Amino acid sequence: MRFVDEFREPELIHRTAEEIRRLADPGRHYRLMEICGGHTHSIYRFGLQDILPRNIDLIHGPGCPVCVLPMGRIDDGLSIAEQPDVIFAAFGDMMRVPGTHGSPLEYKARGMDVRIIYSPSDALKLARNNPDKHVLFFAIGFETTAPSTALTLMRAKAEGLRNFSVFCNHVTIIPAIRAILDSPDMRIDAFIGPGHVSTVIGCRPYGWIASQEGKPIVVTGFEPLDILQSIVMLLRQLNQRHCAVENQYKRAVPWEGNSAALRAMAEAFELRPFFEWRGLGFISQSALQIKEGYAEWDAERRFAVPGIRVTDPKASQCGEVLKGMLKPAQCRLFGKECTPERPIGALMVSSEGSCAAYYNYEHRKAQTLTKLASAPVGA
Amino acid sequence: MCLAIPGKIVELMEGDRSLASVDVLGVRRKVDLGLLADERPVTGDWVLIHVGFAMSKISEADALTTLRMLEELGEADAALEEAQGYGLGEAGETGSRAGP
Amino acid sequence: MTSVETKIRFRDPQVEMAHGAGGQASRRLIDGLFAPILFGSRPPPLGDAAHIQINETCVAFTTDSFVVRPLRFPGGSIGELAVNGTVNDLAVSGAKAQALVVSYVLEAGLPTHILEAEVRAMAAAAQTAGVVIAGGDTKVVEHGKADQMYITTSGIGHLIPGLSISPAAVRPGDRILLSGPIGDHGITILLARGDLDLEADLRSDTRPVLPFVEALAEAVGPAVHWMRDPTRGGVATSLNELANDCGLGIVIREELVPVRDPVRGACELLGLDPLHIANEGQFLAVVAAEAAEAALEAVRAVPGGRKAVLIGVISEQPAGAVLVTTPFGGSRIVDMLVGDPLPRIC
Repeated sequence: MRFVDEFREPELIHRTAEEIRRLADPGRHYRLMEICGGHTHSIYRFGLQDILPRNIDLIHGPGCPVCVLPMGRIDDGLSIAEQPDVIFAAFGDMMRVPGTHGSPLEYKARGMDVRIIYSPSDALKLARNNPDKHVLFFAIGFETTAPSTALTLMRAKAEGLRNFSVFCNHVTIIPAIRAILDSPDMRIDAFIGPGHVSTVIGCRPYGWIASQEGKPIVVTGFEPLDILQSIVMLLRQLNQRHCAVENQYKRAVPWEGNSAALRAMAEAFELRPFFEWRGLGFISQSALQIKEGYAEWDAERRFAVPGIRVTDPKASQCGEVLKGMLKPAQCRLFGKECTPERPIGALMVSSEGSCAAYYNYEHRKAQTLTKLASAPVGA
Repeated sequence: MCLAIPGKIVELMEGDRSLASVDVLGVRRKVDLGLLADERPVTGDWVLIHVGFAMSKISEADALTTLRMLEELGEADAALEEAQGYGLGEAGETGSRAGP
Repeated sequence: MTSVETKIRFRDPQVEMAHGAGGQASRRLIDGLFAPILFGSRPPPLGDAAHIQINETCVAFTTDSFVVRPLRFPGGSIGELAVNGTVNDLAVSGAKAQALVVSYVLEAGLPTHILEAEVRAMAAAAQTAGVVIAGGDTKVVEHGKADQMYITTSGIGHLIPGLSISPAAVRPGDRILLSGPIGDHGITILLARGDLDLEADLRSDTRPVLPFVEALAEAVGPAVHWMRDPTRGGVATSLNELANDCGLGIVIREELVPVRDPVRGACELLGLDPLHIANEGQFLAVVAAEAAEAALEAVRAVPGGRKAVLIGVISEQPAGAVLVTTPFGGSRIVDMLVGDPLPRIC
């Protein structure tokens, strides 16, 4: 697979891992946070922690749009869809996320018309093909996904397609990073920066992280070599007390971002004054709402939204895990009351949420594995 | 937010210039090029696909540069270690992807 | 002796789609509700077919229901699945299917030509598989139920001499044989539904695996310790079931698992793992190490078996789990799915 397999080449991976071992100061413990859930997924899928030296810790950040979505918003979306002749359309990621009375899939089992879609444009197509129904698109995602929703709203308006609306839960990445850095117990040395969000917003928005917070950040791709190369670049910066934004993912990320995508977002969206993030609390200017010009396609204006607020059980420690203060296994509910099959907290719900990823890929390995016959190279 | 895959444009759609048929290892999907309006990709270009939309054009040149830097890792450092110094490795980059 | 008072351990308040997907939820339903009531203190059947002693003969007996949308897809249709699925369940339990009986639940309003096509498909598949359709039953339900048609087949057969398989026979060091590329069927169905707007040159791999099993039996017989056909839930689910049942670990080398390009492309696009995708014409066998090469050669010599490979090994650790290693030293645990694989965008 072009532009993918070359970045999974074993010999190059060994060499880069060697370089990491050479660069990692044995007297130092490095804490690197990967912000984006997709990086969490890659790290586990490729077992990258296995080939890193023990003094490099990868901390999973809050860049999982499913994980940070408050349960009340799911309840709100589902309550709109409970009205007759409404089709609830959402990405697969949302389907097992529990609301107070069940997940979208469970609502489907009880008779709601729930469709899994791959693209917002598929939701539009559903609306065209079902003129006697209303299609509610439950939109989630950071700036990677928001432009596609924006374009879809623009297309809906241009077509005059009335039986379509968007329940918008798009959030922005910079406030989430700020919330991490503002956290009093934060002990992170550097960031493996979001890759695909950066194809839209570019690399400039991360400038303050290096210049004001003094943390290096490298915009990173998702293949094993991308992540390892990024770690090399971060180690070099840290060792030299250098502090800058760098772009490792040059083949896909333009430094200035994607102006057409940013224009589309500006056309259809504006920032909400504040928005609640599950595990992080209310953050101002951190989420998108649909602009007046597209009010007709804004589910929150078309329908009465209950505005349900659901607080997480006191025992759950999602916030601390999200901010990197606790490892998933350190949460008191992890693996017991809270498992991927019966998630209590958001981080267990999405397959890229820290806890679910850790549980699915690592937890049982840690419990049962003594020593693998084929030991990792070097380490 | 993050799952995006490189695919090759195999056909631009007649009639709707913002739609293209994109191929990933033999799987084809109509992809919306609306976010690349400024760049006007053509058949044969590689694009990064997320939720059925093309997010950016993939630069073959940058991919090769990245890989070459990785290939040179071991060699460069071996040489530098002999000379007892660390290299910086990032000097002298130009172009829209390197930064200010 | 089972008692109607037997307590069940199944806590879910209602049946969900996940309970039929072949993953963890299915297991919970079987272990927690069916097993305590139906099997009581008898150990629940672990294999794909029951082996039942009737006087001096041991017969293998199994049943399976087929529910698929769309009914017809590239490479096959529900009729073929219904024949091959049951023949395969018997085969991987170590038995040669002799006869099937078939039960149709038909939706009122189903066009006759559709029914005819499926019955013809079943007849053809039965002939290819060398099995007789000995009888059947039909029920018709109201329009709106049964998704056009549901087919259940039950099969009976005799044991293949030389084979004696059970999770208890599996030993550390045993090798794992896979008959061919994975994921073809599940991805074909996903694409055929049309919801995702993806096109690919892909076909279901539905076929009887009996010829491979017979070749294995003849070549290495007693060295075959376990077999399964990785249908719903994929290779990952079948291997996890084995790991659970035998208490040992399974280590798979990812680069050895064959996946066709379009399956890989679709999985990358949708964020799916080929190890979790259903197959309808593949089988897994666990074979004693010293017989592994001979086993592989035997399967490869059968038409359609050219792509068989050895993909991994049974080990002490990680006990009860399946570990997949990458070519560069990393590894991950691959678990059973909870329910059906869902495409993701994150």
